[in-house]
Amino acid sequence: MEENKMRKELQVSAIENGTVIDHIPAKSVFQVVRILGLENCNEQILFGTNLESKKFGHKGIVKVANRFFESEEINKIALAAPTATLIVIKNYQVTEKKRVEIPDHVYKFVKCVNPNCITNHEAIPTRFDVIDKEEIKLQCLYCEKVTDKNNMTIL
Amino acid sequence: MKHKSLVSIDDYTREEQLHILDLAEGFEANPVQRILQDYVVATLFFEPSTRTRLSFESAASRLGAKVIGFSDASSSSVSKGESLNDTILTVSNYTDIIVMRHPREGSARYASEVSPVPIINAGDGANQHPTQTLLDMYSIRKTQGKLEDLHIAFVGDLKYGRTVHSLTFALCNFNATFHLVSPEELKLPSYVKRKIKDNNLKYYQYTDLHDAIPFADILYMTRIQKERFSDPIEYERVKNAYILKEELLEGSKPNLRVLHPLPRVNEIETAVDKNPKAYYFQQAQNGVYVRQALLASILGVVE
Repeated sequence: MEENKMRKELQVSAIENGTVIDHIPAKSVFQVVRILGLENCNEQILFGTNLESKKFGHKGIVKVANRFFESEEINKIALAAPTATLIVIKNYQVTEKKRVEIPDHVYKFVKCVNPNCITNHEAIPTRFDVIDKEEIKLQCLYCEKVTDKNNMTIL
Repeated sequence: MKHKSLVSIDDYTREEQLHILDLAEGFEANPVQRILQDYVVATLFFEPSTRTRLSFESAASRLGAKVIGFSDASSSSVSKGESLNDTILTVSNYTDIIVMRHPREGSARYASEVSPVPIINAGDGANQHPTQTLLDMYSIRKTQGKLEDLHIAFVGDLKYGRTVHSLTFALCNFNATFHLVSPEELKLPSYVKRKIKDNNLKYYQYTDLHDAIPFADILYMTRIQKERFSDPIEYERVKNAYILKEELLEGSKPNLRVLHPLPRVNEIETAVDKNPKAYYFQQAQNGVYVRQALLASILGVVE
């Protein structure tokens, strides 16, 4: 365990203050970056993917300096990375560790699966109620159709 | 119901739905009342639906309202590329209520969010058509004397039939038993069946129309469209099995009535029209009373 931790820190270097999002499925790292809007963040951001993980085989990790996320904000990534862990770092020390949770409502960043939905034809932000948190099923508040994790596109 | 848009049938509670039916009875007894003469009703039909539009315009006219609008998108600013948001915000300056039909699903919900005046959904793609559901409920209650504890047989295209799905949802509040008659390819979708089960109600599935008719209080016919079949040979095989012939009504319950959302093509033989159990043209007439009730209620002219 200690050895593993060491290696991880070598692969993606530590931050002094900020947030580490760990255990992201390897293929979802860029989605997580996009969902959190980190493309437009001016702080130092480190990320790695296809890192070895005992639990998942391969995983991704994102470290954002000097950013601390509200639960509401961080839970958005649960759809793309349900296994993710959030670690809050202050002065190189872990001060908080928690799992992401699937939110009740999803706004804007998921595309409705229904090609005939009005949100796919006009500049209208999508809105969904999460009707099944285990299977991850989202019901569109406009066309009422269900988008699930197998046909979900992150905008 | 003042200022309350009607987008999905679930927007109105069971009690609110029943209240609309009660008001509609009043308009049936007294259909010409000039209670909306100071109001303007807009009918925005982004796709043509002559029957529904005429029904709404007839309802508005009999109440004395002025009607403005368009009957298909090519004759409106939509053809110039105007967004739905802009069309709704513009038209809402000219009118007290908007009745809209649109080919995209969810369009009416979106319109109800941006519009300062109430919206009545007259069909959004394959999604919802709540005024059809209310007029179906009105017709059922009127012919059966009640809505509770009835046996409803749905026949034909139960997979894509929007009216069937919405009416099933609504009747789940009234302890209905459902008899579902369709070819294998056009069975009722599982999410609708789940709704029936969630309400601890029963449904029975049939492929043969003969088997369901003896149980039915209401026989709700729908059209089977050729383009719904992946295999044209399958369509040819089944198409005649779901046509209602008069002799099929022999042995049906005396209170049975035949409903159909119209337009009919050939799924009910014209010989049935004269049978006292045929009710589909009166059903269309009931649509005017229900729409009068909705317009008057949403505009706050009747309580």
